[in-house]
Amino acid sequence: MLKHLTEHRLNIILALILLIAPLVAHFADEPFLVTLATRATILALAGVGLNIALGLGGLVSFGHAAFFGLGGYAVGILASHHQTFEPLMTSPFIINGTNQMLVLWLVAIVVSGIAALLIGALSLRTSGVYFIMITLAFAQMIYYFAISWPAYGGEDGLSIYVRNAFPGINTLRPLDFFLLCYAVLIVVLIGQWRMTGARFGVALQAVRQNEGRVAALGLSPYRIRLAAFVISGMVTGLAGALYADLNRFVSPTMISWHLSGEIMVFIILGGVARLFGPVVGACLFVLFEHLFGSFTTHWQFFLGAALLSVVLFARGGFIGLVVGRARHD
Amino acid sequence: MSTALFLEQLLNGLQLGVTLFLMAAGLTLIFGVMGLINLAHGSLFMVGGFVCAAVAAATGSFWIGLAASLVAAAALGAIVEIVVIRRLYDRDHLDQVLATFALVLMFSEGVRFLFGSFPLYLDPPAILAGPVTLPGGLPYPAYRLAIIVAGVLIAIGLGLLISRTRLGMQIRAGEADREMIAALGVDIRFLYTVVFALGAALAGFAGAMIGALQSVQVGMGEPVLILAFVVIVIGGIGSIRGALVASLIVGLVDTMGRFLLPTLLSGVMEASAARGIGSAIASMLIYLLMAVVLVFKPKGLFPANA
Repeated sequence: MLKHLTEHRLNIILALILLIAPLVAHFADEPFLVTLATRATILALAGVGLNIALGLGGLVSFGHAAFFGLGGYAVGILASHHQTFEPLMTSPFIINGTNQMLVLWLVAIVVSGIAALLIGALSLRTSGVYFIMITLAFAQMIYYFAISWPAYGGEDGLSIYVRNAFPGINTLRPLDFFLLCYAVLIVVLIGQWRMTGARFGVALQAVRQNEGRVAALGLSPYRIRLAAFVISGMVTGLAGALYADLNRFVSPTMISWHLSGEIMVFIILGGVARLFGPVVGACLFVLFEHLFGSFTTHWQFFLGAALLSVVLFARGGFIGLVVGRARHD
Repeated sequence: MSTALFLEQLLNGLQLGVTLFLMAAGLTLIFGVMGLINLAHGSLFMVGGFVCAAVAAATGSFWIGLAASLVAAAALGAIVEIVVIRRLYDRDHLDQVLATFALVLMFSEGVRFLFGSFPLYLDPPAILAGPVTLPGGLPYPAYRLAIIVAGVLIAIGLGLLISRTRLGMQIRAGEADREMIAALGVDIRFLYTVVFALGAALAGFAGAMIGALQSVQVGMGEPVLILAFVVIVIGGIGSIRGALVASLIVGLVDTMGRFLLPTLLSGVMEASAARGIGSAIASMLIYLLMAVVLVFKPKGLFPANA
């Protein structure tokens, strides 16, 4: 459509819009809009995580809310122990709670990475529709576990009373927290961009396009997919950790299959396998929710109708609409 | 724990199993014949429950409500197939998942708009309201027993439909080679609509029956849908026999796990901890079962046309 507008330039413009809009909102004294942008940024990060598996690897995981929720619960559980000064574990060695985001993020990434390794190792024995249903089922398993485990709130969820700390930043101020989340998103996006061009990224896309040839080259498609699934889960887990601090609350809804579907929706709205696809998608989703939600409680009906039309009639998502077909497919 | 209680739980597991079969049979049939993954199947279950509750409240008869729910779910299934699903057969699974996920959002909000957010209540018919005494002197709710009987009859009927009738022959041929049976003059578009409506009717029927055991509310189809997915993963996608066996296994494992685990664990830890941990582990049991089946048979117990 716009010949001079390459996807690369569009990405830079989008990144700047996402940065400038909350800054403007901050100076116009609209803290709610800053929080809204933070929400979009964090959900975008979750989508970026899923896009590594779904877009690059062709792995339609319907269970990514599991990693999002595990990241969130890692933060919620450690932070609640910090607040009550009760150690998480006393034997064989003492583990105390903490309110340091850097530690919490690391724990969230490790926990969701381990979960992704276990779930991926089992699920990747299958493919296609089996893979979709099995990832969904494993996420539901964790969902029901969270609901029926009374120690950390069960169905009611778990509150974090004070947002956790990051060195040198007052995370309680909306703009500071936004900038922190934005920085994380940009770092991850740069990481994904570098990875896509590196050996691993090329191998991953090759596995999606022709598994047999990759195997004939002496590479293991299973291992490449599993590595992608684990990276994907870790990024989504990190997003869950940020989301817990944004809301200062974690609950089983963070693991529900609706959320898995929504993360997938971000990617489709923005454009599958595009670097900024999930970013655009998450922003559109949050705007949609905000605008329609303000005049009807039944906004999910319209979300469904919009999603259905995009799937049936507008393949390629927003970025596809603006800059045309992807170079690969 | 008494033998009577154990037997009662065993029957409850059987009842859950046949209900799951009604859901899983439709799902696996639609996947086997059309290669389509349908998340909106749970919505048809919910619609069955709501129509039955609404019509039963208006007419005062559970049976009219049950019949209405069958007709409504089948009709809705046919409409959805013609308007939306038909465009998805040639798409990849990702598009099918997203489009049917969109349908789930629309159905849930649509039902909430029509009936409100509060659950409806549906009483079982008077003739099935009380307990019956089983051989051996065990009292058991007549309604749950009726669900088991109805489920078994439908399973037999479905088996006969597929193995003995002309429609069943066309369905089986459609699973094997859709171009060939289209070339033989079978109206494949109509066949697909019929199969989809049949699956929808089974789901709607299950929803109406279960509606009288629990409250009828938005989202009631979703846990059942996920369980049905577990069932067809264990049983093997596209296999009706696999769906039947796996439904019974899942129904029994889930019910007996919830019943037995807290008791078993209370032998090794204090009672309140045993209840909490027992119920948490019990809620994961069927997923563990699924993982074990997958490790040994990635295509399920009865892989169809492998």
